[in-house]
Amino acid sequence: MGDLLFWHRLQFGFTSTFHYIFPQLTMGLALVIVVLKGLALARGDERYATAARFWIRIFGLSFAVGVVTGIPLEFQFGTNWARFSSHAGGVIGQTLGMEGMFAFFLESTFLGLLVWGERRLGPRRHFLAALALFLGSWLSGYFIIATNAFMQHPVGYLVAVDGSLQLADFWVFLLNPWALVQYLHNMMGAVVTGAFAVAAVGAFWTLRGSHLEQAALNLKTGVTIGLLASLLVAFPTGDQMGKRVARHQQPTLAAMEGRWNSGPYAELNLIGQPNVEGRKLDNPVRLPGLLSFIAYGSFSSNVRGLGEFPRDQWPTNLEFLYYGFHIMVGLGTLFIALMGLSALFLAWGRLERTRPLLWALMLAFPFPFIANSAGWVVAEFGRQPWLVYGLMRTAEGTSHLVHPGQTVFTSLGFAGLYFVLGLLFLFLVSREIEHGPVAH
Amino acid sequence: MEMLWFWLVSVMVAIYAVMDGFDFGAGVLHLWVARTEAERREVLAAIGPLWDGNEVWLLAAGGAMFLAFPRLLAAGFSGFYLAMFMVVWTLILRGIAIEFRSHVRDTMWRAFWDVVFAGASVLLPILLGAALGNVVRGVPLDASGYFQIPLFTDFSAGNPVGILDWYTVLMGVLVLATLTAHGALFLAWKTEGVLHLRCRHAAVALWPAVAVLALAATWATAAVNPAVYRNLPHAPLAWVGMALFLGGLAAVAAGLKGERYLMAFLGSGGFIIGILAATAACVWPVMLPSTLDPAASLTAHNASAAAGGLRAGMVWWFIGFPIALAYFSGLFWIHRGKVRGPEEGGGY
Repeated sequence: MGDLLFWHRLQFGFTSTFHYIFPQLTMGLALVIVVLKGLALARGDERYATAARFWIRIFGLSFAVGVVTGIPLEFQFGTNWARFSSHAGGVIGQTLGMEGMFAFFLESTFLGLLVWGERRLGPRRHFLAALALFLGSWLSGYFIIATNAFMQHPVGYLVAVDGSLQLADFWVFLLNPWALVQYLHNMMGAVVTGAFAVAAVGAFWTLRGSHLEQAALNLKTGVTIGLLASLLVAFPTGDQMGKRVARHQQPTLAAMEGRWNSGPYAELNLIGQPNVEGRKLDNPVRLPGLLSFIAYGSFSSNVRGLGEFPRDQWPTNLEFLYYGFHIMVGLGTLFIALMGLSALFLAWGRLERTRPLLWALMLAFPFPFIANSAGWVVAEFGRQPWLVYGLMRTAEGTSHLVHPGQTVFTSLGFAGLYFVLGLLFLFLVSREIEHGPVAH
Repeated sequence: MEMLWFWLVSVMVAIYAVMDGFDFGAGVLHLWVARTEAERREVLAAIGPLWDGNEVWLLAAGGAMFLAFPRLLAAGFSGFYLAMFMVVWTLILRGIAIEFRSHVRDTMWRAFWDVVFAGASVLLPILLGAALGNVVRGVPLDASGYFQIPLFTDFSAGNPVGILDWYTVLMGVLVLATLTAHGALFLAWKTEGVLHLRCRHAAVALWPAVAVLALAATWATAAVNPAVYRNLPHAPLAWVGMALFLGGLAAVAAGLKGERYLMAFLGSGGFIIGILAATAACVWPVMLPSTLDPAASLTAHNASAAAGGLRAGMVWWFIGFPIALAYFSGLFWIHRGKVRGPEEGGGY
């Protein structure tokens, strides 16, 4: 049974992490494309339309892989988490159903028009197609976050006679305050990914000495949006997310920070290794008082440590949660530094000649993917041991009749298939980057 | 309320079958009816802008089933565990094939993806047909509300049942033949020249086979699950479904004879919807029968979510559904008329 839970978790963790590589890029690029198309229209500047055309091709590829890797997740609710689906489907089925009805149809309708319809539609209507796709992909993100937010912080439900969770108040459930904060934080993370990709391609072309006009435009767009998004993902959205965790998931906050003892003037741990058996953080580098301030707005606030909670309420995989959080925050800080520096050089007009910085921008593009994945590690490992926080434990949600061997088999199948899919995606995207933008 | 949701889910499944059905059929046929690169691109241009949206009906139907009948989704998906992943993996390969094909201008690259696309398009209707067969025949549900079923046992359709037996394979073949014939009519409607003629030949050859298979399946269903027909006298919708099914068949015959392909295509859509509607009306309220104990069957009553959720879902469903129909009408309008092979680089 323990084995089975492990394999179900590993499989869903793997397929959802791999899937989310693509939506974060498409949701981020969707905003970039709307901005580029909008500038092209407002300024009557064909160069922006050319840049948008290039990114629409990358968007199309990423969208396609995002769609096909998203389908398994919808199935896995039933195949791997049957008892969870049966128990909570009356609530979370709402948002998953709405995603299909309101977001997927919108996206699939306008994707073809955006990717293949520029000539037929003309600039104005093509901009509207981009806007519709942006709306669709960001709406889709909201429905998924609202589903996850119910698992993090259940609201708007009631417990039926048979013990299952049922919808009590549709609007309370849909407009879960947790969802609003998590959504903004998550979407800013996606924009960071998109903007870093745009800046990286601009840097690559500049270093290569190819497509210089477009390279400069991509650098400018990527760095500007990248700096704004890097700031917004930390403050206010990340900060607010942290405050929500501090209020509603106290063992999670303690585990994220490797904190075992309670008390006021809680220090923020920059680095250190959690020692679960010894119930302490080894070799810490700390900033005194800061955790209390960040979590509750005052240095003298008490931040409860894990020692105060029974062991069966501690997040499982505590080390993973701790490192996930510190990797996310560390990378986020570096993003602000890199984009801030690049923006300064951009303002001085020297970015295109500063080769070390261009190299850094070019090689930085994978790191937002890592930071976003680490963020989801924090959200999902932080929710443990609960599947629905405080209401249902993860071990109670599995498809208990499925043999672990079947789950191992299908996990291996996914590993192989997704390896090939990833290779194909990289191959096709590199071809597009090599080929460069095409003017009409 | 449960009855309404039973029908909403059925309607979405039927729309999915008709919509994704024609692009499955086009995929099955394209290696044969479209032999040059230009012809292949014509086929892909006909379904290219539509297939993605067609597939969303599957997800939308799944979502509706999730919110309205969570116990059914939980039992069905976990029970058919391995078969579900076969469907998922085939959907992945098919989606990738159609999207990646056009990105590299190389004959081997394209030949490879064409075969992947055709293979996945053959496999999916068989799998979905077998799934339909399982839903009609029943699965070994017990009082716990869950089951596990092997991929196959002795192919006898009796206990112990397997996913594949003579009945479910027959249903798989019926669905494959039906959707291929349906796709042939769609392509015949949307294309011209040699391609059009080959599609017409395919449709003329396939439709009699479909009629025979449908008759065989009707008889087989009576043998496998006689309870289905016991409802028939009291299910007026089943008679409507059967009228639609026969009317559709007549429209196909008349359309092929009079070379009115839109009429024939709509006829085959009616045929598919009619079969599914008649089936749904006959099995109501059972959604997944048990082969072990009829009392353990999952029905629209014992598998449904609470009334509050069903009501809330109903409100947004009736807002979302017309919007989705509007998108599709718009898409079909934009891509109206005979398809022209797109220029190289112009997509698909």
